[in-house]
Amino acid sequence: MQRTGESRGSTLAGLLVEFESVDTLLHGAERVRDAGYTKWDAYTPFPVHGLDGAMGVSYTKLPLFILACGITGLATGVLMQWWMNAVDYPYLISGKPTWSLPANVPVIFELTVLFTAIGTLVGLLAFNRMPTLNQPIFNSERFRRVTRDRFFIGIEAGDPKFDRQRTGALLQSLGGTAVEELEDSNP
Amino acid sequence: MSSGAQGRPVDLALGRTPLVLGNNDFGTVTDAVCGPIDEGSKTPRAWWIAFLTSAALTGVLGLMIIYLFWTGVGVWGLNVPVGWAFDITNFVFWVGIGHAGTLISAILFLFRQRWRTSINRFAEAMTIFAVICALLFPGIHVGRPWLIWWVFPVPLQQNMWPNFRSPLLWDVFAVSTYFLTSLIFWYIGMIPDLATLRDRATGKIRRVVFGLLSLGWTGSNRGWHRYEVAYLILAAIATPLVISVHSVVSFDFATSQLPGWHTTIFPPYFVAGAIFSGFAMVLFLIAPARQWFGLKDIITMRHLENMCRIMLATGMMVGYAYGLEFFIAWYSGNTYEKFAFFNRALGPYWWAYWTMVSCNVLVPQIFWLKWARTNIWVMMIVSFLINVGMWFERFVIIVTSLSRDFLPSSWGMFWPTWVDLLTLLGSFGLFYTCFLLFIRFLPMVAMAEVKSVMPQARAHGHEPNAPSTGDDRATARAH
Repeated sequence: MQRTGESRGSTLAGLLVEFESVDTLLHGAERVRDAGYTKWDAYTPFPVHGLDGAMGVSYTKLPLFILACGITGLATGVLMQWWMNAVDYPYLISGKPTWSLPANVPVIFELTVLFTAIGTLVGLLAFNRMPTLNQPIFNSERFRRVTRDRFFIGIEAGDPKFDRQRTGALLQSLGGTAVEELEDSNP
Repeated sequence: MSSGAQGRPVDLALGRTPLVLGNNDFGTVTDAVCGPIDEGSKTPRAWWIAFLTSAALTGVLGLMIIYLFWTGVGVWGLNVPVGWAFDITNFVFWVGIGHAGTLISAILFLFRQRWRTSINRFAEAMTIFAVICALLFPGIHVGRPWLIWWVFPVPLQQNMWPNFRSPLLWDVFAVSTYFLTSLIFWYIGMIPDLATLRDRATGKIRRVVFGLLSLGWTGSNRGWHRYEVAYLILAAIATPLVISVHSVVSFDFATSQLPGWHTTIFPPYFVAGAIFSGFAMVLFLIAPARQWFGLKDIITMRHLENMCRIMLATGMMVGYAYGLEFFIAWYSGNTYEKFAFFNRALGPYWWAYWTMVSCNVLVPQIFWLKWARTNIWVMMIVSFLINVGMWFERFVIIVTSLSRDFLPSSWGMFWPTWVDLLTLLGSFGLFYTCFLLFIRFLPMVAMAEVKSVMPQARAHGHEPNAPSTGDDRATARAH
């Protein structure tokens, strides 16, 4: 495909700063939060406690989605067994009523758990926008250590307060080991 | 980290033995876990020997199943009255093995037992492979295995639905839910570590494979935040699930009228036994694996010792259940019930009963001694014997009760055929083959979780500032 001169090259996708310890990361996150940025995140090899507060991240709505899935599973278990065994094909066994809840509890319980588990997987991936295999942040060679032993803060160029010079200066002042410009290779 | 009074290392912040020993940091822990499975890593010779042996046994299992399908269930030693024997014994045994994995990953997580982080991945993998082996047996034991899909609520041409009031159908739902939930739990827990493998990969194939499997995980804090919530919810639902699964399995017996099966103690007794045998299997697998792959600093003697303690405790619960069964048989005043238990201990299957009691109740008592809890060979032998004993427990419950029920005229003995024995052996082959492939290609320790319990993961002298802007609600919750 012929590319135009303007979109050849790469555009700035954001700025990234690397830290070596949890302490500097937490201080850095507080400074970025207080500077009023919104489209940014911290990247860590494991969940760092206290980082949600340092970033001002609000609690996720994921549990509500999962709860809805669990209730759907419960309703499915009740309605399926009632319709199949009491309505569509009534089973007469030992003169017992065709619809008696105690004998149906195990399947209702299992379906509630099953729907909750599947809902957790689907919800987690959807809320985290996974899978997204191609992200500008993966263009950084340094960022490959985020799953090993390094901590990062990245501010996206799409942030309303983003300014190449001023944001760069802020990140330089956080006490990190390196600041890097992230390039978006597929604009 | 410094040395305590007795020369044992102590984590100063927690005042306890550290969970990761040696001079490890995040990088060295990553190397220790990934090193043995990186490109160009050397496969231990012991791994090859174990793998080829178990792959051969898996082949034997395949041949036995083909022979079974070709000829019919008559190739097994089943008869009237013993219509269930090795097939269901193996099923209950393998489901039970799986339970320790969920206990370690879910229940110990809810109880904030941080030592579980080194062994949970390993135990969860064991759960999945054990449940695969378990699901195999009900699938092949039906006379016409090509109709096994009738257990699912799908429209059939004769317009019938499954009978949901049958404990056998509860089993279908319980065990398949257990398998899928364990798989989801295992996979979600592994995503960050798969990303580590992606980022370490040098070759194209590994980058692509682990890149796809890790789904573009970046380790972003918003991502971790939701991940931790999801993990907690999964742990919270897996806990009642694991208790329900072996309870439902025990209903297969307890809801029948057969003396020896018709007892209310079965659900808790089965769950305790499942955890007991599962821990024995985890220990039996982890002791050689940590040796082969050099993970002694991460899977420490403290982990092994804790597992020995759990085996001692659950072994005594099982022993209590054995005793109580006899008490109730006598106290009930029911002739048939009394006979069923007398027959177990002193009837023609006395050797199976006493193998069970010696292996499950007497042998684990050695774990009262610290020497035994910290000696690899003792642990390996004891956990092997416990698994022998737990297999015999299921055999005793199923076969002795069926072989002699109400009328002496309908009594009969069961003896296994060579097909029975080779199928059982083959199921171990399948289990070990899956397991060996897992420890060779995937991270067997949850690296991200281990890092989060290391002293370096805690902020030192960091006083959180209140935000001048942003959401007050979130800040209040997080601080």
